[in-house]
Amino acid sequence: MPNFIMSYLGSTVTPGEAGSQFWALIYVLIIFAGVSVAVICMNWIERKALAHFQIRLGPMRVGPHGLLQPFADALKLMLKEDIIPAEADQFVFWVAPLIGLLAAFTVYTVIPFGPSQAVSDMNIGILFMLGVSSLGVLGIVVSGWASNSHYPLIGALRSSAQMVSYEVAMGLAVVSAVLMTSLNASGTGTLSMIGIVQAQQQQGVWFIFKFFPLGFLAFVIFAIAMVAETNRAPFDMAEAESELTAGYHTEYSGLRWSLFMLAEYAAMIAVSSIAVTLWLGGWMRPFPNLLHAPAWDFIFSLFPGLTFGGLAAIAMIGAARMPAHSFFRIQRIGLAVFAALLAFSALLLLVIAIAGRSADTSVAARFREGIDYVYWFVLKVAVFMYLFIWYRATWPRYRFDQLMRIGWKVMLPISLGVLLLTAIVGVILP
Amino acid sequence: MSAETNEVSSRALLSSDASNRSALERSHLDLETAEKPYLDSNELIINMGPQHPATHGVLRVILKLDGERVLGTECVIGYLHRGVEKIAENRTYTMFNPYVDRMDYCAAVSNGLGYCEAVEKLLNVVAPPRAQYIRVILTELNRIASHQLWLGTHALDIGAMTPLFYTFRDREEILKIFEKYCGARLTTHAFRIGGCQYETYAGFEKDVNNFLTFFAPKIDEYETLLTTNRIWLERTKNVGVISGADAIALGVTGPVLRASGVKWDLRKAQPYAAYSEFDFEIPVGTNGDTYDRYLVRMEEMRQSMRIIEQAVSRIPEGAIMGKVPKVIKPPVGEIYHSIEAPKGELGYFIVSDGSTQPYRLRVRPPSFVNLQALDVMVRGLLVADVVAVIGTIDIVLGEVDR
Repeated sequence: MPNFIMSYLGSTVTPGEAGSQFWALIYVLIIFAGVSVAVICMNWIERKALAHFQIRLGPMRVGPHGLLQPFADALKLMLKEDIIPAEADQFVFWVAPLIGLLAAFTVYTVIPFGPSQAVSDMNIGILFMLGVSSLGVLGIVVSGWASNSHYPLIGALRSSAQMVSYEVAMGLAVVSAVLMTSLNASGTGTLSMIGIVQAQQQQGVWFIFKFFPLGFLAFVIFAIAMVAETNRAPFDMAEAESELTAGYHTEYSGLRWSLFMLAEYAAMIAVSSIAVTLWLGGWMRPFPNLLHAPAWDFIFSLFPGLTFGGLAAIAMIGAARMPAHSFFRIQRIGLAVFAALLAFSALLLLVIAIAGRSADTSVAARFREGIDYVYWFVLKVAVFMYLFIWYRATWPRYRFDQLMRIGWKVMLPISLGVLLLTAIVGVILP
Repeated sequence: MSAETNEVSSRALLSSDASNRSALERSHLDLETAEKPYLDSNELIINMGPQHPATHGVLRVILKLDGERVLGTECVIGYLHRGVEKIAENRTYTMFNPYVDRMDYCAAVSNGLGYCEAVEKLLNVVAPPRAQYIRVILTELNRIASHQLWLGTHALDIGAMTPLFYTFRDREEILKIFEKYCGARLTTHAFRIGGCQYETYAGFEKDVNNFLTFFAPKIDEYETLLTTNRIWLERTKNVGVISGADAIALGVTGPVLRASGVKWDLRKAQPYAAYSEFDFEIPVGTNGDTYDRYLVRMEEMRQSMRIIEQAVSRIPEGAIMGKVPKVIKPPVGEIYHSIEAPKGELGYFIVSDGSTQPYRLRVRPPSFVNLQALDVMVRGLLVADVVAVIGTIDIVLGEVDR
């Protein structure tokens, strides 16, 4: 078995490419668990961040600073009575959240967390991703229809119209990024997710800065469209609480409802990953070409450990600042233990970074590389996740017709123009 | 919704469609004719409320929709009816005073002021100047508090969550002053017939002045979030437009009327309390849309601050209670007295038969009358606008249903 692991660690291609079904399965499990954990973290962070935007504290009771709140919520949702309205279409009602969930999670098979850290490197990766992620709307439409109720129906109709109109602008923005991949020596572009990142590496620039402002415009269009695509504020018409009570999931409760939420957050992470891959250099650390000396490699590889160290310090300060009352004793201990766990992770990461600093093919070096890739990727995605929260705290909600107007009359022409100009500039400049 | 409910509500809409159309609701409002079959596949009748996050309480609006477009609305009210007017007939004038706080519970002080002044008029008593000033200060503070509540919930309806928390944070400071003055925060029962029961507490002026300096930048903070926000502009401009003539015909008063360009404010038009002694502007809108109503209310908060500032600096010494008999027995007669409540004209019509209890007491609540304009405002708009318009009319169901 150790040899088996070693043989994998030595490989530089994805399990899908290597034809290793066993490792592909392991990856799928890791990603499923990882995304679920990320959704849990996101749940907590969103509630806390939103609360602090709004001069509240957010969850504070379940666990220190509400750290256990997502688990309490999950438990509550699982224990709730499973209600299917009598008038609903039972089977479709049952299957709708699963469609959304499936669409959101299937996308992750092609997301590259590193050059070999992906389940599979499809040669049509980005196409697959767009296709599958748009299937998520099917779950919403079907749930709205199956509920046999007015508000969900309106929510579902809004959602389908919204997705259709934003898919187009989104697709064109993606195409302009794909176009940029062909601007290398061989002159052939790629649709593979890993290939797109490698193209950015070869050209020495993230596509967001390429042909400024063309790459940037395409990125902005994608960034707007992806908010609409995931039904998040200010484009959350499908679930607009103040208008449609809860939109398409009005009739859902308990576990089924939580599946919708899981799908929504998983989809948010997925589309952010696409944006990161296409425009922000995917797994690459900042300045991989400019600062490419091994010393720089080493310095940048310290970041994961330092990040965890910083988190541990914040948690430790939080524990120290807790009121001295005996009521807070358990909470204080809990937070201190949490800080210790974070500090331990930080230590482990630093040890790996130091042990694997030589650029050889030892296990430590391979580990160090893998951790770096995943770290920079996750960090970039996290920025997007924070933006999602920020949007939600700041902006009112667009009206349905305004959203459609922006989609068709503003974003579509701009993305077409960007695509055209990218093509022209790409022919003239190099 | 079951077929039965559909039928009932459609009949209700039918009857209102067919006959009693005022001249006001002509032509462009007649998007739908009564002859059309009701179970047309293009139309959807949905109930918004009484349990709905955006109907500000227990308002039920029956919406007739074509897709998302609103063909007609019908408000069903009375879910919060407590028979306040009937209760008045069985209570003495003094005993009824706290009940008026429960009508518009967001502006309880204004309600109390209107009632006390109406009875004073009936008794032919005038509150002493110091009491008048205290009344003005508290009423204007209450106007600010009411507008803050409106702003927060209105923004929340349109999808901006955060202003709600900011306004509630600042409204708290006003409620603290109320609490220090009379012990209550919401249903204050601050005034008595003939004046005020309580003298101001030590440091009242300082608290009010502190609030003014605290609050001035806060209005700017709200405006930073909304006034020039692109989405806010798109959601409120040209939404729920009502012309000045239509507004007058429907009896609409308050900020909704002023946003349509009619300069009508009872504080200037028929000065009561001590309002004639203060210098302030009446903000007026031009388009009569949701955005103008927003601007008018924001400016009204600033003007209220001006009034408070003047009143606090000039507050006279002296008695706070006029000469009122122990047992209030107004002479036989009737009186109508109205004041400018935060939401519009709040009037009390009292018929006295010479006993200790009103023979009849009728309240003219601004929310109830303004709510009539909902249908005119939302016809032809989208579902999302219905929510925005309900918010912009600024209704309080306690006052609508009484």
